Amino acid sequence: MERRSSEDTGTVKAPESRRQRKKRSKENKTRTVHANLLYDAANKGEENPNRHYANNKIKTTKYTVLSFLPKNLFEQFHRFANVYFVFIALLNFVPVVNAFQPELALAPVVFILSVTAIKDLWEDYRRHRSDKEINHMDCLVFSRAERRYVEKYWKEVRVGDFIRLRCNEILPADVLLLSSSDPDRLCHIETATLDGETNLKQRQVVRSFFDLDCEFDPLKYNSVIECEKPNNDLNRFRGYIIHRSGRRDALYKENLLLRGCTIRNTEEAVGIVIYAGHETKAMLNNNGPRYKRSKLERQMNVDVFWCVIILLVLCLFAAVGHGLWMFQYGDKRPVFDVLSPEGTDLSPIMSAIYLFLTMIIVFQVLIPISLFVSIEIVKICQVYFIHQDMDLYDEETDSHLQCRALNITEDLGQMQYIFSDKTGTLTENKMVFRRCTVAGVEYSHDANAKRLAMYQEMDSEEEECTSHGSTLPRRDSVTSHQSARVVLRSQSTKSHRRTGSRAEAKRASILSKHTAFSSPMEKDITPDPQLLDKVNDCSSQMDFMRFHSQPMSQLPSDLSDTIDFFIALTICNTVVVSSPDQPRHKVRMRFELKSPVKTIEDFIKRFTPSRLTSGSNSSSSSSLITNRSSNKGCSSLLSSPSAESTLTKLHEERSCGGLENAFSPVPPCYDGKASWNIEEGELRYEAESPDEAALVYAARAYKCSLVGRLPDQVTVELPHLGKLSFELLHTLGFDSTRKRMSVVVRHPLTDQITVYTKGADSVIMDLIKPPNTGNSKGKRQKKIVCRTQNYLNLYAADGLRTLCIAKKILSQEEYACWLQRHLEAETAIQGREELLFESALRLETNLQLLGATGIEDRLQDGVPETIASLRKAGLQIWVLTGDKQETAVNIAYACKLLDPEEEILTLNADSQEACALLLEESLHYIQAKFLCSSADQTTKAFHSSFAPFDLYPSSSLSSSSSHAAPFLVHRLGLVIDGRTLAYALDKSLEDRFLAVARSCRSVLCCRSTPLQKSMVVKLVRNKLKVMTLAIGDGANDVSMIQVADVGVGISGQEGMQAVMASDFALPRFRYLQKLLLVHGHWCYSRLANMILYFFYKNAMFVALIFWFQFYCGFSGSAMIDQWYLIFFNLMFSAFPQLITGTLDKDVSAETLQQLPQLYVNGQNSEEYKPYMFWMNMIDAFYQSLICFFIPYFAYADSDVDLFTWGTPITTLALFTILLHLGIETKTWTWMNWLSIAFSIALFFTVALCYNASCPTCYSPSNPYWTMQRLLKDPLFYLLCVITPVAALLPRYFYRACQGTLFPSPVQVGRQLDKLPADTRRNILSLSRVKVGSPLSPKPPFLSLSKASPKGCNKNDQRSITGSKTLEATQGHADEEKGRSCLSGPTDSEMHLSDLYTLVPSDIDTLPYTKDAPQPAEELQPPSTKVSECLDKTLEPSDVSLSGWITSTPLPTPADSVQLNLLPDGAPQCVRYTRNSEERLKPDHAVHPAHRTEQEVEQQLHTKL
Amino acid sequence: MMASSYNAKEEDGHPSGASGHGGPGVVKSKKPDNTAFKQQRLPAWQPILTAGTVLPAFFVIGLIFIPIGIGLYVTSNNIKEFEIDYTGVNMDSPCYTCAKNFSWNNTTPCTCSVDFTLKQPFESNVFMYYGLSNFYQNHRRYVKSRDDSQLNGGRSLTDPSKECEPYRKNDELPIAPCGAIANSLFNDTLELFHIDSNGSRNAIPLVKKGIAWWTDKHVKFRNPGGNSNLTQAFLGTTKPVNWRKPVYELDPSDPENNGFINEDFIVWMRTAALPTFRKLYRIIQKKSSTTPTLPSGKYTLDIIYNYPVLSFDGRKRMILSTISWMGGKNPFLGIAYITVGSICFFLGVVLLIIHHKYDTRNNSADIPN
Repeated sequence: MERRSSEDTGTVKAPESRRQRKKRSKENKTRTVHANLLYDAANKGEENPNRHYANNKIKTTKYTVLSFLPKNLFEQFHRFANVYFVFIALLNFVPVVNAFQPELALAPVVFILSVTAIKDLWEDYRRHRSDKEINHMDCLVFSRAERRYVEKYWKEVRVGDFIRLRCNEILPADVLLLSSSDPDRLCHIETATLDGETNLKQRQVVRSFFDLDCEFDPLKYNSVIECEKPNNDLNRFRGYIIHRSGRRDALYKENLLLRGCTIRNTEEAVGIVIYAGHETKAMLNNNGPRYKRSKLERQMNVDVFWCVIILLVLCLFAAVGHGLWMFQYGDKRPVFDVLSPEGTDLSPIMSAIYLFLTMIIVFQVLIPISLFVSIEIVKICQVYFIHQDMDLYDEETDSHLQCRALNITEDLGQMQYIFSDKTGTLTENKMVFRRCTVAGVEYSHDANAKRLAMYQEMDSEEEECTSHGSTLPRRDSVTSHQSARVVLRSQSTKSHRRTGSRAEAKRASILSKHTAFSSPMEKDITPDPQLLDKVNDCSSQMDFMRFHSQPMSQLPSDLSDTIDFFIALTICNTVVVSSPDQPRHKVRMRFELKSPVKTIEDFIKRFTPSRLTSGSNSSSSSSLITNRSSNKGCSSLLSSPSAESTLTKLHEERSCGGLENAFSPVPPCYDGKASWNIEEGELRYEAESPDEAALVYAARAYKCSLVGRLPDQVTVELPHLGKLSFELLHTLGFDSTRKRMSVVVRHPLTDQITVYTKGADSVIMDLIKPPNTGNSKGKRQKKIVCRTQNYLNLYAADGLRTLCIAKKILSQEEYACWLQRHLEAETAIQGREELLFESALRLETNLQLLGATGIEDRLQDGVPETIASLRKAGLQIWVLTGDKQETAVNIAYACKLLDPEEEILTLNADSQEACALLLEESLHYIQAKFLCSSADQTTKAFHSSFAPFDLYPSSSLSSSSSHAAPFLVHRLGLVIDGRTLAYALDKSLEDRFLAVARSCRSVLCCRSTPLQKSMVVKLVRNKLKVMTLAIGDGANDVSMIQVADVGVGISGQEGMQAVMASDFALPRFRYLQKLLLVHGHWCYSRLANMILYFFYKNAMFVALIFWFQFYCGFSGSAMIDQWYLIFFNLMFSAFPQLITGTLDKDVSAETLQQLPQLYVNGQNSEEYKPYMFWMNMIDAFYQSLICFFIPYFAYADSDVDLFTWGTPITTLALFTILLHLGIETKTWTWMNWLSIAFSIALFFTVALCYNASCPTCYSPSNPYWTMQRLLKDPLFYLLCVITPVAALLPRYFYRACQGTLFPSPVQVGRQLDKLPADTRRNILSLSRVKVGSPLSPKPPFLSLSKASPKGCNKNDQRSITGSKTLEATQGHADEEKGRSCLSGPTDSEMHLSDLYTLVPSDIDTLPYTKDAPQPAEELQPPSTKVSECLDKTLEPSDVSLSGWITSTPLPTPADSVQLNLLPDGAPQCVRYTRNSEERLKPDHAVHPAHRTEQEVEQQLHTKL
Repeated sequence: MMASSYNAKEEDGHPSGASGHGGPGVVKSKKPDNTAFKQQRLPAWQPILTAGTVLPAFFVIGLIFIPIGIGLYVTSNNIKEFEIDYTGVNMDSPCYTCAKNFSWNNTTPCTCSVDFTLKQPFESNVFMYYGLSNFYQNHRRYVKSRDDSQLNGGRSLTDPSKECEPYRKNDELPIAPCGAIANSLFNDTLELFHIDSNGSRNAIPLVKKGIAWWTDKHVKFRNPGGNSNLTQAFLGTTKPVNWRKPVYELDPSDPENNGFINEDFIVWMRTAALPTFRKLYRIIQKKSSTTPTLPSGKYTLDIIYNYPVLSFDGRKRMILSTISWMGGKNPFLGIAYITVGSICFFLGVVLLIIHHKYDTRNNSADIPN
């Protein structure tokens, strides 16, 4: 057992164990497990066949004390950069080459390596601690010696041990369930730690031990288990158990309890360990954090490569220079050219070669050694801040954003395509039963709709204290129970939502979370009165018939259909019923276990011993509760002061209602199970999917409640009929290929074998038995199918999820025939899945349609807004959903993905050819529509008129596409279904598909499988070379999430699989907006700027030394002390850039969110374009020239010595570099000031200490007292003042000009930030603020052009600039200017409209609607006419006049709508003005754009 | 509906992101703290660089720099400096023969004298420098070729550092002081005479102490074994190859200026930054407030020409200079200040124009929020 321990290193165990297994065994494919007891006794440990299996000790650490150093170093040297630096450091030890003191040269490398090593060590230590904690948890293991279960540590558990588990204990290993205290031999487990699913799962005792009467005795156990090798598939376990008798019993996943799960609702269970330790499924599923390389980093690496080239060029230059320098002296060796240590003469060529190596060392700083470390640090800080963002915190689930991939934060700022799942991502995945069709009759459930509307209202309503809800008399209003219930519910929910403090609400939400998918909204369904009557009617008839023992088949078919429909709803699922007390006691546990475990730490935290005891306490108290529940009545409940949560009250209410309304007589076929003896209203349903729960709750509203589910039996309570037990013969589970599930039951009343099937309408409809139109029954059937189909279409149009319910009655023979083959399939070990699948197909045919349901999946809060703003941000949003087309389209409309005003291309093809044709046609259509008509226009003009993001028409779109042809996004929507998608994704068609898809504004793929989803993402990502983000919440999104550049998981209702696969996990979709627009933008711009700055900094510093080479005979000498040279980057200049890289905000979060257009900045990589690297390099070289030559000339021909001259240069360089950072810093907080002050102080402190420390050390510079002397030298200060100023002058000037002449959108955003909060809000709320550079002919993005006309402005300015003070406080000066300009009562709104050209967003869609249909017309306007009219307006006198006109106060604010100008050439400007009466008045069509255009517009504007 | 395939992963021990900060509290909500720092809402100053906002800075810089520059320029111009090249490159130069015939191994001193005239009197203390051109004292190997601990009188006197190679040992005897720098010590002797109006030569007293850094003289450089008997102290060592006399005979007249603490030696050991440099040689003290230190008139510079520079095309100069608070004569800094100031001013004007012409938007000044 111990032999593995040495190999238990590393988390990724698979290859290792595989290798080992190969070596070890011949029995290759299976694992045989014997009970250890047989071998424990007589020293037969050697023979124990289990001894080879891993024990239960886990070790997730990478290192041991001994292996740490070598292993860690080995790992670190896998990084190229580290190898490079070590190489450089070692080069220093070569005597002819050495530039620095070799020991010192090691410092940076050692520093970097040790920082990383310490980080690794710390992480490993944490892992070690957590391992230890887990390994030392207790569990009960049967001991042969003591003949009882004894406490052992987890790590001592071995394969083959018998373990006794108690309620709420955590499973220490994968255990085969052999016995359970449960009378049904069941054991419930909670798998939240594994997959995050909160519902309980049933596990069954192995069949052969099922009938065991007495308690399981391990000593009597002597079977052998044969099962699969350890694997990581949580959903699969196959094997068989061989008894001594030779009998074999199959084992299923239902028999296996997985490590990490928690035993619930079961007092005691015994099992045998099958897999232990690292071989458990949970551990095999353990993957480390993912490493992705971000786009920015890829770009950076290119530039690092360029740096290497620059380095080599510099070195080569110096080497050649040195050779020549040597050469010029010829044989006359000057005194200063020292011979080599051996006293030999070096030839110029040899010296040049040596010098080349030396220069590499001297210039090594050019390759930014600390950049890699700094980026890591900055990213960690960024992640920390993202984590801390309150806006990304969801109070309801108490979860916040998780960054699971630490190194791609900046990618968030560069996304171009978003691929979203629909269900659970855009929608809440809270399924609410809305309406249904039974036997062709539609029940609209209006009351239910009203109820839902109420929820909606409540969501939107603001604070309105209605605590009276809870005090309302309830019983009085029972008379008309329908309406009463509505009122009641709404009020009670209201109170739930409103009454309490936030904490209370949270508690309630936590409480409600413990049962999967059952918020009050989902549970309280108001039945349709007609249908309810029908159900009552029907069941009373059935009761009557049963009483008179008439055959049930005499029931009118519509009635029987109705009752069958509800029976199907109730039993055709895998919903588990839990008794009321259990969830409640679970609540206490869950109170702490708020969310699924995400990390091992979490895991441990929860499972510390203290918790375990508390858990068992509560389990023991469960019996108490059961007692109480048995004698509880409505009144006692009501009076019970258990008001620990409003939710509980809710249940109480319901239970009352239930009692009053339930007229259930004594159940005739009461099955005697005491545990189920509870009021129906108290039942809780644990469903695997929300749809199932919704349907069960819906059925319950009609008094068909599911009261119990056992492996072989489902108990249903029906009105009049009481409890009926259906013998559950088979459950054919849901799978995504069949898209349906079925149960085979024996109907207790008719004794027929009935199949109930529930599934997607498209599938079920195909399986319906073709009605025999001959008889009336057949006709009726046909009518039902027909009508149902109609209603289904209606439902889909309403955006409801539709499900069809069907049944089939099997004759005994048919069943027997099917059963035989099914059993064969079940027992097969090989290909069992396929066989079962086929078997299911055989059964699910010739169905009889019962009805259909429409389930509403509500949109999450803020989804339309989020989509709108993401789209404004230039993101293409594709929705990939498994839903049917109609539903998907409707949801798409609801969430504003599709616009009613845009055309929709729908692609539905049946074959490859058809698909190709369709694509071809659509392509032609698009071209014809949008291209050809504007043939005479330049493409650019075309761009701007159709691109929805007409902000950056030419640049953004064409740059984002790698293709030569410019791609435009039209106002088109594309809808494609799964089948067509499969064709379209074919190699031959994918290009055409992409061409079509990318020119559409939104793409909707329906009915797509998980694989297709990932294929689409991959296609777009690879072909279009764009950054993709996939967001989803379910297991079906996992592949897509993994393929995308950034995967985002929604930690929603469908478990944690998506989250586990994702890079970022969000609690809600709407947080994506802030994550991308704000954090993405920030992270990107921060990192981009930091990287550029890094390159600049290093180049600038190195260049100083390079210039010096011209004055030292290219000898590789440096005037900068080697200490400064080496620590400059690591210490002196390191902190400010980290602070800036972490905290700098170019634009405030608010503005970024309100002006999503700013996101385009990141998409186009505008902060870090390739040319910027070179600009920075040039700037660096310029600055270093200044920093070198000013001191050079200042000290020329003086008695200054090398290092006394070099120290000021270092100082100057430091100042320059810091000030440069200052120019680039957009936000100065005290941290920035502090870091800069600290850097400078650190430099001087270090310099002073260093220079005072040792008069004889630090050869060759020996800087003793240098700094001290310099500080007394006025020249030093004079240099310190002038050099940075001179060095930064161009950059500063450039930035200033840029800020004025061609401000980037981001700068405009920053200007917006400066405005007083309310002004800004007004501007932003009004909308797209127009315009851009006064110089560039480009289409302006956004500009805050002062519309105040010249005359006014000038006068004004004169009057204001007269006093300096006003200028200083210009923030207020705005207002004042406005005031003085307007000479009258200032309305801030009006002031605004005066200052800015505003484009209300609601109107800005207009040109599209105008343009799109007849582009030709719009594009060829008679420009002459317009210019005429403009000329008129432009007469000088008019100008000033019009200026004065505006400045007169207007009674009401008038918003002027301004559309963006065209880039160049034919400009076009449609303008609308909205006056206070909201009347639109098209005014001017087009006018030529010149420099004056803005002024012109202003004039026009003001005139209006 | 139901998940068709599981791909769940339990995370291993790695803390996801900064979850370490997430607070260890058990029941504590995960809600982040609402602090200005964590929410990135620290009070901040957000300057926006536009013509309007930066233009005051330009004017201010211009207005400050130009006067400073003028001040510096004037100061620099007030410094008197006289320079004479005595290398002897040209035939007519008095030192031509000396320069021609010379090599390091010569034993007989060659003397020459150069006459010159000071047109203006030098009022305050005059510093006398020797200047070398094309002499790469900053060469990498040269700079390293010394042993500071030997010069500090340390134990490595007899076992100099390897850095001194190949000037570490000579004939198996350690060289003191070792290394190339010491080996190439400047060994010309300069003397200055004032020629009276009547033609008599008056030797001008040259002070040879106080020319080195105080810390060099008193801390960095130390003779071995105290200063009692230098000959004794340097026993077992040999002089550098190019030297005529051993280190303990550099200035026999003054024990405080002999051996390693000889100031000429110390000054030389401070390697110059650039290939053209000067080093302080002597100081001519001002005698009284009434008479100038060096009155205008004729002078003679007597040189004992020992130092060969022609082989590497070097030049030797003698410089007389007064000194101001900002050091020697160097108009550069003044000019630089004036230039930068003017450029700033000019750019300020440009920005003003830009501002007026284009910056019509409402640029609020940089007001800290």
